[in-house]
Order: sequence, then C-alpha cells, then structure tokens
Amino acid sequence: MSEFIKPTPMPRKYFTPTVIFLSVIALVGIIFVFARLIFGIGTVTNLSNQYPWGIWIGIDVAAGVALAAGGFTTAALGHIMHKEEYHLITRPALLTAMLGYTFVAMSVAIDLGRYYYIWHPLIMWNGTSVLFEVGICVMIYLTVLYIEFLPIVTERFIGRVNLPGLLKKYNNSVDKFLRALDRGLDKTMFIFIIAGVVLSCLHQSSLGTLMVIAGPKMHPLWQTPILPLLFLLSAISVGLPMVIFESVLTSRSFDLKPETPILAGLGRMIAPILFIYLSFKIGDMVIRQTFVYLTEFNTASVMFVIELVLGIIVPLRLFMSPQIQRSPLGLSIASFLVIFGVFLNRLNNFIVAYTPPYQFTPYFPSVGEIFVTAGFIAIEVLLFRAFVMIFPIVSVPQIPAVHKTKFSIRGAK
Amino acid sequence: MANQSRRNFLKTSALIGAGLTGVSSKPAKAAPNNILDENRMGVLVDTTVCIGCRKCEWACKTAHNLSAQSIESYNDRSVFKNMRRPDDKTLTVVNEYAAKGDDQFPVDVKVQCMHCDKPACVSACIVGAFSKEKNGSVIWNGDRCIGCRYCMVACPFQVPAFEYGKAIQPEVRKCDFCFDRTKDGKLPACVEICPMEVLTYGRREELIDLAHQKISLYPDRYVNNVYGEHEVGGTSWLYLAGRDFHELQFPKLGTNPAPGVSEAIQHGIFAYFVPPIALYALFGGVMWLNKNRKQDEHKEANHE
Ligand code: SF4
Ligand code: SF4
Ligand code: SF4
Repeated sequence: MSEFIKPTPMPRKYFTPTVIFLSVIALVGIIFVFARLIFGIGTVTNLSNQYPWGIWIGIDVAAGVALAAGGFTTAALGHIMHKEEYHLITRPALLTAMLGYTFVAMSVAIDLGRYYYIWHPLIMWNGTSVLFEVGICVMIYLTVLYIEFLPIVTERFIGRVNLPGLLKKYNNSVDKFLRALDRGLDKTMFIFIIAGVVLSCLHQSSLGTLMVIAGPKMHPLWQTPILPLLFLLSAISVGLPMVIFESVLTSRSFDLKPETPILAGLGRMIAPILFIYLSFKIGDMVIRQTFVYLTEFNTASVMFVIELVLGIIVPLRLFMSPQIQRSPLGLSIASFLVIFGVFLNRLNNFIVAYTPPYQFTPYFPSVGEIFVTAGFIAIEVLLFRAFVMIFPIVSVPQIPAVHKTKFSIRGAK
Repeated sequence: MANQSRRNFLKTSALIGAGLTGVSSKPAKAAPNNILDENRMGVLVDTTVCIGCRKCEWACKTAHNLSAQSIESYNDRSVFKNMRRPDDKTLTVVNEYAAKGDDQFPVDVKVQCMHCDKPACVSACIVGAFSKEKNGSVIWNGDRCIGCRYCMVACPFQVPAFEYGKAIQPEVRKCDFCFDRTKDGKLPACVEICPMEVLTYGRREELIDLAHQKISLYPDRYVNNVYGEHEVGGTSWLYLAGRDFHELQFPKLGTNPAPGVSEAIQHGIFAYFVPPIALYALFGGVMWLNKNRKQDEHKEANHE
C-alpha cells in the first residue's frame, strides 16, 4: 500500500514560552468573562443603547465565522470536487473550523443579555429574522462539525483503548463501540459533508444580510442589498488563505517541512476567487455610486480603502505571481493579507459602518472586551496545539514523500 | 457495491430534503403577531402647542412603576440643555429646541417608540419577542427575549433600550403604548395627563385626516408634512411641527418599510427551502460524479 503521508499525532512538549504567554492572556480573558457573568454586560463592555453590538459580535462572531471558512472550502475541494491531493489539508481545516465555531457560540453566549436562554431560538421561531436563521444554521453546522471530527477520534483510539483502573474491564466493549461507530460514520459521512457545505453557504451569506435591516444606520460604502453575496464570496476567498497560513505556522512550530507543492496548488486557486470578490465589490460601488464617499476623508473612507487595497488588490497581485506561489513565505504573506482584509471587512460592516442617528459617545471597545476577545483567540490556539498533539491531524511523511494519502472520502467506497 | 451506495445516497438525500421541508411549515405558527388592523390606533403629537412641562414623562414613569421623582421636580427646565433619548428607565423624554428668531417660541418634542406599521423590531427579533398588536401597539414579551439586542440594531428610530446594568433578566425597554391601560379602555398615561392637549389619541386614519385639516387651516403654523404618515411605511405616532423635521432631529428616512429589503433577501434565499435543497442536491450530484470519475480512472490505471 502507498501510505506515505499520513496524519499523525505530534508528541511534543506542550509548554513553550509562546504557550505560556498565551495561557496568561487566556486567563485574563476568562476573569473578564466571569466579571461579565456576575456584574452584567454594562460593567465590562462599552456597549450602550446607541451601540448595541461591539467587538464580541463584530470580531468574535462575524470575523470568527468568516475565518473558520477553511472548513467548508476544503471540504468542498477535497470531498465534493474530490481532489484527493488536498485531503491532507482537510483535517487541520476541519479542526480550525470546529474550534472556531465553538468559540463563536461561546462569544454569542456571553454577549447575550440572557445567556441562559440561548436555546430559545430552537423552539421560538421567527422566520423573518435573519439572526434566527444565522443562529439555527450555526447551531446545526457546529453539530455537523463535531460529527465530521468523530472519525478522527475513533481512528486515534481504535485498538488503543486503555482505560485506567477499575474501568479496564470495559476496554473491549469501548473498542467494539468505537469500531461500530466508525463503520456507521464511514457509510454516512458524505451526508454530513454536503450538509456542512450547504449550511456554510447559507449562514456565511446570511451573516451579511444581518446588517441590511439597519438601513441608513449603516454607512453607504458598506450598506448594499448584495451584502449576502459579498459575505459569501469573501468567506470563500478567505478559506484557503487561512489553510495556507495555518499550515505554514504549524509546520514552523512543529519543525516540519511545509507542504509547498500542495500549498502552491491552493495558492493558484485563490487569485480567481479574489478577483470575483473584487469585481463584485467594485461593481457594487460603481452601480450605487458610493465612490463619492471616498473623496471625504474620515474613518469610514480610510478603513474602506485599506480593506480594498491591502486586503484584496495587493494579495490578488501577489497570488498571481509564480514566485510567490513557490515560496512558503510569499504564500503566507499573501494569505495573511487576505485574512486581514476579510477580518477588517467584518469589523467595518459591524462596527465602523454603524452610525446611530443619535450619537453621544463614539464606541471604542473597553479593556474587558478586548481581553475577552484576545483570551478566546488564545484559548483557540492553545486547544489547536493540544488537539494536534493528541489526534492524528497533521500529515507527516512516513517514508520519503510521494503525494498520496491513505484515507479516501468516507462513505464513498 | 458501488450501485448500492449510490442508491443509499439518493435515498438519504431525499430523506433530508423531506425533513427540511417538513420543518418549514412550522415557523408560520410560531411567528409573532404582526397585525395591521385598519382600526389601529395612534397618537397625533402637535409639537407647536407643547410647552415642555414634562408631565408626560412623569405619568409614563408612574404608569410603568419606574420610580418617578415628585411631579414638581419635572418643572426643572435645565434638563433641556442636553438632548436626551428614552432609555431603560425613561420610556419617553421631551427635548427642547431653541427659538430661531425673536418672534418664535422654542419647540418641544416628545420622543418615544413610533409604533411602526411595519416594525423592524418585530421582523428582526430572533425569537419573536416583539409583536404588533391589533390596536397598533408594538409590545415586547419578556419571557421570550434572549437579550441579543438585534432589535436595537434594527430599529430605525433608535428606540429600544437595554438594561446593561443587570446580570440576570435584563430587559429591553421601550414605550408600549400603555398596552395594559388601553386594553381596559383607559387612555395612554401621557395622553391623559397632557394639560395642553398636545397628544390626540384616536384611529390612525382619522388622525391623518385631522393632521392634514390642521395644516390646511393654519398653513403658516405648520410645515406641510405629517411625520410618520409615510416614513418607513407609516407609524402609529404622528407628528406636526412648525419647522423642518430634520431641524428637530427626526431621522431622515425613506418611505419603504425598514424590514423590506432584508425580508425580501431572506425569503429569496429560503423560498420554501427550495434553494437550500437544490444546493444540497447540486453538491451531492457533483460529489457523486467526481467520485465515479475518480473510480473509473483508478480502475483503468489498475488494468494497465
Ligand atoms: S420605533 Fe423602533 S421599537 Fe418602535 S415599533 Fe418602530 S422599530 Fe419597533
Ligand atoms: S434583545 Fe430580546 S427583544 Fe431584542 S431582538 Fe433580541 S431577543 Fe428579541
Ligand atoms: S404611551 Fe404610555 S408608555 Fe408610551 S410614552 Fe405614553 S405613557 Fe409612556
């Protein structure tokens, strides 16, 4: 059999100076979360009746969902388009999406005034509410992501179940259960994979529809009826850059050789997607003639130009160059710019563009808000590292490399 | 083997489709009241007679058990120095705008929820906590609310206020058109107390006629515009003024209902769940084709 590159757990020392630094940030974030739970939203955040939504929604939720798009884009590429050479990037992307969406859900929860009612939308429906639709889609998608991750858990433990102490006598039955689970998942996984991609397309775009109802409260540079399309396109265009960037980072942190040929292959696909996104963004601006607002010099126009130039045009040019496509450093810089651009776009849409008719104090996130956001990101990175060490996620060459992966799409035999 | 999995595949896809459509019939029942009764009530506010006594603020607080100070303290006119907005403890406020010339009086404007005919808050609320009732009131149901504050993002008049200071059971507060009083045939508290008869409570349609009569009787007194007649599809509260409404800080809004565009998009994407299911089928088809193509390639490769 040609099992040359295979996802393998990475047994390493967990604590490094970076990890310790991140843990401190995570801890401070958690303290602020407790403060919010005990004293209320008003004590910890700068939110007000003028600015009901801050960075917990704009960054943690909106940007978080967008940056977790690697999960569905690689699933579409690897499983639906059936490009086997990309199977080895689907696992890290899946893990990122799973952790990303988990924290999206947690951020929503702490931002809700009545977090303990987070289940209400499940039984209290409002079909006209965009937020309702986003909420339901995200809940189902999160479940789908957990299911998609299960085979990795079974793969890790089948034949290796080793319960401590008294539980030892259950080793056999747990093993049997895992095998049965694995077989069942193997047959049905395609259902979940397609569902995951459909759900992603739905809520990625609806996230854009969210702010449409704010109407004139939103700066005309961003307020457009095609917001859902722009959100979907930008989510698709940030998916692969996220995978590239992460893959390069993971390789560095675990001292592996970056998968340059595969990353280059991904890199080639990004330029066309970015181009489509850019054309719609410019086209929208021309049709609605909003470019007049660019002649004004204010936060909105500056942010819009940064988003457009640094976040779309520059990386588009970079991804078109063959030199960049061949170098891991070039690829990661270009990818970072796309990530930065989409991040900024979400921040702009949800916060910068939001101009309430009666404004007393402009919104700027409080220390608490910033620390909670930073803390959540830190925990995500820490968990990612832990998962990669415990579960077979990152593919490493077993014998000299030939690009062929062992696992095929589950259920597609 | 391959054949069987193909059949399985089709069967499961069909099942999922059926499941999703089955679900789609429910939300109609669960959706909140959004009634546009032709006899709905409204209030006409004539800002040209308001003297800024702020008795309505006091009455509103008292009627809603929101600890009001003594009624005398409301004579204090220094609050007019700053523009105020309704908040979680004050559901209505009066603002004063300085006189423009010597021959004019300052203008006082009472502010509260407009009770839109096509309310953005009702459309937006994730759990349907807001409802538009038969008598025109837009009210909030505290049992459903999860505190997401999307209603505040949506409201074009920046009305709903949130109890940021509370960790448990914070409420979204806004004028409820004194729903509990009007139910029993009483007048809204602010309307009842107003000494200058600035506020006229009545059927919205009749109020619009009345407003236009007033304008044509006293064309010098009023600008020829009833704010709320067409704004965001019409509101139950209507305003007359002697000055351009934008000078009095009424937001500039179009005549299209605030939730119009987002509901159109939403219904376009989710028309009877057809688009999502079609997308599912499409992806399924592509996956199946690609898989078979790959398998054929493998077979050929193995034969050689
Ligand atoms: S003014 Fe705002 S809160 Fe009042 S009904 Fe209209 S949308 Fe709802
Ligand atoms: S805060 Fe409450 S009332 Fe407002 S949209 Fe959210 S759930 Fe609905
Ligand atoms: S109608 Fe009732 S709730 Fe609304 S402002 Fe008047 S007194 Fe207050």
